[in-house]
Amino acid sequence: MQAVVSIIHWLVALALAPLLLGIIGRTKAFFAGRTGSPFLQPYHDLRKLLGKGAVYSHTTTWVFRAAPMVGLGAVFVASGMVPFGGSPAVIEFPADLILVVYLLGLLRFATVLGALDTGSSFEGMGASREVQFSALAEPVLLLALATLGRQTGSYSLSTIFVDIAEHLSIHAGPAMLMGAVALLVVFLVENARIPVDDPNTHLELTMIHEVMVLDYSGPDFAFVLYGAALKLWVLGALLVGLVIPVHVGIRLIDSLLFVLGMFALAFLVGVIESCMARLRLLRVPQMLIAAGAFAIFALVLVLRQT
Amino acid sequence: MQLLFVGVGLLLASGLVCLMLSRRPRAVAIVGPAGAVAAALLGIVPALRVVGGEILPPVQWAWSVPYGSLTLALDGLSAWFLIPVLVVGGLAAIYGARYLGSYARYKALGPPWFFYNVLMASMIVLVLARNGMLFLVAWELMSLASFFLVMFEAEQESVRRAGWIYLVATHLGTAFLLALFVLLGQQAGSLDFALFGKTGWVGGRAGLLFLLAIIGFGTKAGFMPMHVWLPEAHPAAPSHVSAVMSGVMIKMGIYGIVRTLTFLGSPAAWWGWVLIAIGLTSGLLGVLFALAQHDLKRLLAYHSVENIGIIALGLGVGILGQVCGSPVLALLGFGGGLLHVLNHALFKALLFLGAGAVAHGAGTRDLDRLGGLLRRMPVTGVTFVIGAAAICGLPPLNGFVSEFLVYAGALHGIASLPVSVMLSLLAVVPGLALIGGLAVACFTKAFGIVFLGEPRTPEAAGAHEVDLSMRLPLVLLAAGCVGVGLLAPLVVGMMAPMLAAVSGVDATATGESLAGIRSLLGQVAASAVLLLAVIAFLAACRRRLLAGRPVTSAPTWDCGYAAPTARMQYTASSIAQPLIRLFDVFLRSRLDLSAPRGYFPQDASLHTDTPDVFQEHLFQPTLRAGGRLLAGLHWLQHGHVQVYVLYIALALLAALVWKLG
Repeated sequence: MQAVVSIIHWLVALALAPLLLGIIGRTKAFFAGRTGSPFLQPYHDLRKLLGKGAVYSHTTTWVFRAAPMVGLGAVFVASGMVPFGGSPAVIEFPADLILVVYLLGLLRFATVLGALDTGSSFEGMGASREVQFSALAEPVLLLALATLGRQTGSYSLSTIFVDIAEHLSIHAGPAMLMGAVALLVVFLVENARIPVDDPNTHLELTMIHEVMVLDYSGPDFAFVLYGAALKLWVLGALLVGLVIPVHVGIRLIDSLLFVLGMFALAFLVGVIESCMARLRLLRVPQMLIAAGAFAIFALVLVLRQT
Repeated sequence: MQLLFVGVGLLLASGLVCLMLSRRPRAVAIVGPAGAVAAALLGIVPALRVVGGEILPPVQWAWSVPYGSLTLALDGLSAWFLIPVLVVGGLAAIYGARYLGSYARYKALGPPWFFYNVLMASMIVLVLARNGMLFLVAWELMSLASFFLVMFEAEQESVRRAGWIYLVATHLGTAFLLALFVLLGQQAGSLDFALFGKTGWVGGRAGLLFLLAIIGFGTKAGFMPMHVWLPEAHPAAPSHVSAVMSGVMIKMGIYGIVRTLTFLGSPAAWWGWVLIAIGLTSGLLGVLFALAQHDLKRLLAYHSVENIGIIALGLGVGILGQVCGSPVLALLGFGGGLLHVLNHALFKALLFLGAGAVAHGAGTRDLDRLGGLLRRMPVTGVTFVIGAAAICGLPPLNGFVSEFLVYAGALHGIASLPVSVMLSLLAVVPGLALIGGLAVACFTKAFGIVFLGEPRTPEAAGAHEVDLSMRLPLVLLAAGCVGVGLLAPLVVGMMAPMLAAVSGVDATATGESLAGIRSLLGQVAASAVLLLAVIAFLAACRRRLLAGRPVTSAPTWDCGYAAPTARMQYTASSIAQPLIRLFDVFLRSRLDLSAPRGYFPQDASLHTDTPDVFQEHLFQPTLRAGGRLLAGLHWLQHGHVQVYVLYIALALLAALVWKLG
């Protein structure tokens, strides 16, 4: 029974991931006083891209063509490993959080190589920034997850997020809050959102993720876009699972609550993007180090309880 | 066992024949590698049988050397280290046959093949030796043979310098090993390994022995800060020798440490902390220095330091598991560390051979003079990217499996152990993550700049793929990386007897915990298969979608700039620059910049150089001071024979007086 529910949850996640992008876009439009594109715009984009031919640079090799498939494959498997709120994921085993983090690493490896394959300086710049920020974000993410593991006495994502509700007391609150701040920063950095990267900018010099995929078109670009949406879901699910650990006990309501949480997160991202400017690139590592400090504080608080 | 002895005999015999045939490069290029390959094929049979669980009786012969005995045995631990020696040694020999061939016109090839085969034979004897004297003799042979191999191109000043640094470093390490074995033998009453294990070692003494082993063996393994010889010697040696040195020889240091641990009985917690601290320092600084390098082989050499650090982390976690009596933790730690020994041997040999192919095909190892090689060297490129992904620890390849085990050990400890023990494990998790993230940065840079984009120089544009005999080892090693990654549960199952011996956990507890670990790895492998299936499905979708649609080719989008040239591409230095500046506290890169000046700037240049901090600020000043101090004794050396005779007489007299008194 649980397996069936988990599979349904996975399918829902796969289906709803692009909607998050739609919500973010719509929120930003609202703040800017525009009507904005419809919520379902990302789905239309994907359909349109899947229906097109492709243009490749003369310089590129098979690496450029393989990168979107490897990246999407990696993040697809990762999406099957994150719990749906308090409901365990399809694939779960002890220390599965390591595999999730390294699958995201594989996505990055593929994207960066695809970018370097074009021989463009702009894409090289994006690649350089991407590997720098992710190298700093990865330890923060794992430290935050290890803290949760200590709190719940387990080290599988599904067990952590299923059990977290029981371990929440008034004492654990501050620690969890700090962990959530750390996770939010990692979420923004890894998904290349403001204040780290502006996905809507039209200057290649300043972009990180978008500039790395400048040369993609057609189905390849659809893979890239969908992969980015899934990554948003994967990292977002960790954050939402931590922030809304309430379990009513009725599956449908819990699931709805989680989905609403994801939408709220997308809305929050839209708000952040509307209210903040992009940080200077030199400041980003400092922000990540601050997030790391939050994760360490969370850990210290968790250790104090035991 | 007999097969192994025949193998060693073949190695030595073929080596001698090579020396004698030195004038005939063709014959040497057949005899030398043939000996190595035959020895590898013969030796792999008993090694695999022992790893599979068979127990072979030790062999003992009389030896006239004082304290020495020719005691040789093949247990699980020896066999585990023997496998990389034979596999990498054999494959690198096949590769070397053609690689060294390009030097045949102006160099005698007899000596390098002689020393190569001696190196391999000495490593085989080293892991089999069960007597301190024999072990040290094999150790010294290994060091000297590899020294002569490093000095292959001794006509270059940089190579000579690298060779001397290596020679000095390795002998400083050996000095600590001598002290280790003297202390061990003093208490045990013999230099036989069997007696070392039976002697009960107590607290302080055991700690001292452990530290001696860490310094002595750690110098060979390349622990920071004793690693200084590594980034010098590995790039200087011919590529197939670099592959053996980096993939296998430095693991002999790890073997020594693990073997010593089995003598010393139950460890103290601080041993684990020391290993974890060493692991984190070596891992982080190793990858950071690698990031700052422009020379492909030097970059790979620093990555060996990084990977040795990961192995040390595994061993440290394992020791902590032993200390707090948690078999799962001990098995995860030792299992991860020792599996990484095999994995690193596979992918590092692959990468060094790939770097050699690049140097051979394009004529340079300077990253910023290469580019676009994937079109010109397709096989080298594909195997190199597999090796790069494996060394970054990315699924579904072998590097991920061993790092996963170390991570799982640390997380298991964090979730279940008391705070006092678990704090050091907490450093392991983000530490490994940072190492992994930086490794991705470094290898996307290395592969991207060398193989992707447009060629930056005419040499790179004119590069050609290497011969079949050089491609074959690359393909086989890449297949090994994939195979170990996907068959991880099987491989870890094979490690069971060895792990039981090393971790001191009894067999039943080992069996239970290992069953858990294997099922865990089974799920990891299943996820890896799912990943491959999804990628294959997406590939099929893409092919289907693009069929019959217009697929065109155009120049890379460069912001509308009309005439981009290959020199405008991002370079290795520019990719690494932000990270290098961020970690400049450790790296202390030298920047030589002449910035463009005036309204019509004529020329500008930028040169960066990242020398080894420890060499520059620790070893060179110390050694120079030592040299100055010793220079004060120059007056003893006159060059007059009479005075030397007087010294001898005085020394004899002093000895006589001491003996009588």
